[in-house]
Amino acid sequence: MREVVLKTAGDFAEWRSAARGLLAGGVAPEDVSWRGGGEGASLFGDAVVAAPGAAVSLPRELLEIAERVICHRDPEVPARLYRVIWRAARDRQLLARTTDAEVDWLRGADKAIRRDVHKMHAFVRFRRVGEAAGRERFAAWFEPSHRILRLTAPFFQRRFTGMDWAIVTPDARAIWQDETLTYGPGGTKDEVPDSDVVEDQWRTYYGAIFNPARVKVDAMRAEMPKKYWKNLPEAQDIAPLLAGAEARVERMRETAVSLANPLTEKWRTRVPDELALDNDVKTLDELARAVDKCKRCPLYCHATQGVAGEGPKAARIMLVGEQPGDQEDLQGRPFVGPAGQVLNEALEEAGLDRKRLFLTNAVKHFKFEPRGKRRLHQNPTTGEIDICRWWLDKERAFVQPELIVTLGASALRGVTGKSASIKSMRGAAHELEGGAKLVATIHPSFLLRMPDRTRAAEERKAFVADLIRARKLAA
Amino acid sequence: MSAKAILEKLAVLADAAKYDASCASSGTVKRDSTETKGIGSTEGMGICHSYAPDGRCISLLKILLTNFCIYDCRFCINRASSNVERARFSPQEVVRLTLDFYKRNYIEGLFLSSGIIRSEDYTMEQLVEVARILREEHRFQGYIHLKTIAGADPGLIALAGLYADRLSTNVELPTEAGLSSFAPEKKPETIRKTMASVRIGADDAIDAAKSRLIGKARPPRFAPAGQSTQMIVGADAARDDDILKTASNLYSGYQLRRVYYSAYSPIPDASSDLPPVRPPLMREHRLYQADWLLRFYGFERAEIMEGASGGMLDLTIDPKLAWALQRREAFPVDINRAPRELLLRVPGLGTRAVDRIVAARRLGKLGLGDLAKLTASVKKLLPFIVTPDWRPGKLTDSADLRARFAPPPEQLALAL
Repeated sequence: MREVVLKTAGDFAEWRSAARGLLAGGVAPEDVSWRGGGEGASLFGDAVVAAPGAAVSLPRELLEIAERVICHRDPEVPARLYRVIWRAARDRQLLARTTDAEVDWLRGADKAIRRDVHKMHAFVRFRRVGEAAGRERFAAWFEPSHRILRLTAPFFQRRFTGMDWAIVTPDARAIWQDETLTYGPGGTKDEVPDSDVVEDQWRTYYGAIFNPARVKVDAMRAEMPKKYWKNLPEAQDIAPLLAGAEARVERMRETAVSLANPLTEKWRTRVPDELALDNDVKTLDELARAVDKCKRCPLYCHATQGVAGEGPKAARIMLVGEQPGDQEDLQGRPFVGPAGQVLNEALEEAGLDRKRLFLTNAVKHFKFEPRGKRRLHQNPTTGEIDICRWWLDKERAFVQPELIVTLGASALRGVTGKSASIKSMRGAAHELEGGAKLVATIHPSFLLRMPDRTRAAEERKAFVADLIRARKLAA
Repeated sequence: MSAKAILEKLAVLADAAKYDASCASSGTVKRDSTETKGIGSTEGMGICHSYAPDGRCISLLKILLTNFCIYDCRFCINRASSNVERARFSPQEVVRLTLDFYKRNYIEGLFLSSGIIRSEDYTMEQLVEVARILREEHRFQGYIHLKTIAGADPGLIALAGLYADRLSTNVELPTEAGLSSFAPEKKPETIRKTMASVRIGADDAIDAAKSRLIGKARPPRFAPAGQSTQMIVGADAARDDDILKTASNLYSGYQLRRVYYSAYSPIPDASSDLPPVRPPLMREHRLYQADWLLRFYGFERAEIMEGASGGMLDLTIDPKLAWALQRREAFPVDINRAPRELLLRVPGLGTRAVDRIVAARRLGKLGLGDLAKLTASVKKLLPFIVTPDWRPGKLTDSADLRARFAPPPEQLALAL
């Protein structure tokens, strides 16, 4: 039987060097007895020396866990940890065996430590000690469940770099001063001031943020166990707050509704003017504002905004698409998403300058179906297209284009009022009521949806040809 | 300003802020004070520094800059017509409080909101100013959550996104009808436009980061912890279905990180057209569960509503179980062979348990004994699963399956 005596409980480096030596020497866990941790252990037994050149490789995750778990107060921990690494050296999959009893223990112990660390990050309360060399100084007394000071101090260093501080625990202390972190022996509560001027404000805040109508004491105690209360300045207020809660709620319920604050009318904002009558629209700008407020059909309920057409009033060609997509809906402008990108390239190829065209849609609000983090485009119904023709007709009346290019079937319906296949209309110019010409083609998003590349290239060519035809017809 | 006056204002302005449920301080970028030599850090995981007796965590200093308000939303304690005591902090006072609290490790940072004073733009400017002073003059690296004032200029929102970790715009009531009768000054389309400008700001920042030239400085992050919103439950006639419909539209359209559901709780000096009842905490809880199903379990809203009746979720059992009871044909599921997506649909299995099952079954078949180590309760799973040592037989389709899970009625009364 080997005996290992650890001088300092919870010292990972010391345990690791001992464990390394034992592992390299092939000493089985049942042949080792681990002792120590400052309990006046006798120093007999064999010194453990690492066998040269026989480092055993272990999964990195296991070493990280061991570094935490060694802080556990359970005196069996050094021995149990050694048993786990002994097995892990022979079974690389060990940590993944979540149903193994020892792995289960290891994970449980690790969880306890991580929780303790997290709670220490949360519940340390600094008190101001003074100021030295232009730096504020703070000190805190804390009693963690395990020996975790070294696991937590770096967190406080990263967070409170700009001030000096000390955290004193029963086992050890950490001091951050002159930009250096040092550790020292444990201490007592009376080394730290017993109050701080800001604590009154903190307790006031704690009392005011509590909602007496939703008392849930168990939920509070599950996350802030009573063992921490003695070092939390706000905890002394828990009992009085709870005692008064029911009465406060009762008072709210019983108090008759009072008269409105006499200053209400002076303070209240005016509700913005109701919709200007659609018929009053006199310019394209006014039209865009009216479109944004449109409630002629329910599509406005979930869209961000109504997206009106865009382009010069004197444009000779008007391009009509189907409806705004995700990007158009967010930005409030037509053809700025992926389909707009395709359109821009095709326009350029066809020798058309986008800035001189009027671009709009048959339907002004985005119709979609939410799917997780995305909005899936949905085709507008003929009813929705027909209702929205109100706006398209107004745009046509303002711009009076010589030629209208409809992109896709919805646009064709929007412009003509009739459903027809693009195929039957394509390739020729049609005369619209009022004298404008019509060129019907596909919607650019059709090209984006085609999986077959060669067919997509052909379709794209035909699309550009349609745009060239439109340019020539309008010339 | 005397210490007493600060205490009084703090009491008023924290009390006025407590109806906002959000207190998250997680999900932002990692940063600390090592380089800046100031104070503050955020390390991904949020920290709850305390808990109030209402069971809610206290992570941030959650206060209003002022509770004066020109809006008159019926459900709000700060509405113009309320006789609540009013107060206003200066930006410097909020900065002082934040730093004092932070240095004592009381908080992770600041969550600043405000009543609307003068105009939406003016109010937003004031909020942004507090964040600017903290970041620029005090090198504060802690967490900042700013309320975006719906209708404020997109330029101000863009600025807010540069200083804040999170931005939020509250929807408050899920339906148009609810808003127009309870909050006449709030317009759903204005709220959505504000959320859209936050999303555009975030998208632009991501594009800028992607297209930056090698060697050039990284462009600034925009609200790295994303945006969130809150809906009040039980103040108006909206059904759970309306609430979830609005939630899924917002998640999909504006990439929200979180939608918070806040049970309407009675406020002092309440408006007469609101229910003076206890807050519907169980309803709020079921909505959160449904929300989780939407975001982490691959459920669509329509599926969740299969387990509901009249557009309201079942209060007695959780929404996943309610769905499963309507969809018995999908069960039992073989623990050792079913794909992850199917395991996620088993009542009683959470995402973590599913991950552990998927990892553990690679190394050998799992029986009930193994499941007991991987999950919270095997008993709940029994009707819905198959393992080498367990088959539910007729249990899956038995008529009294619901009764097996539903607590007796008197317990329900307690839960409410």
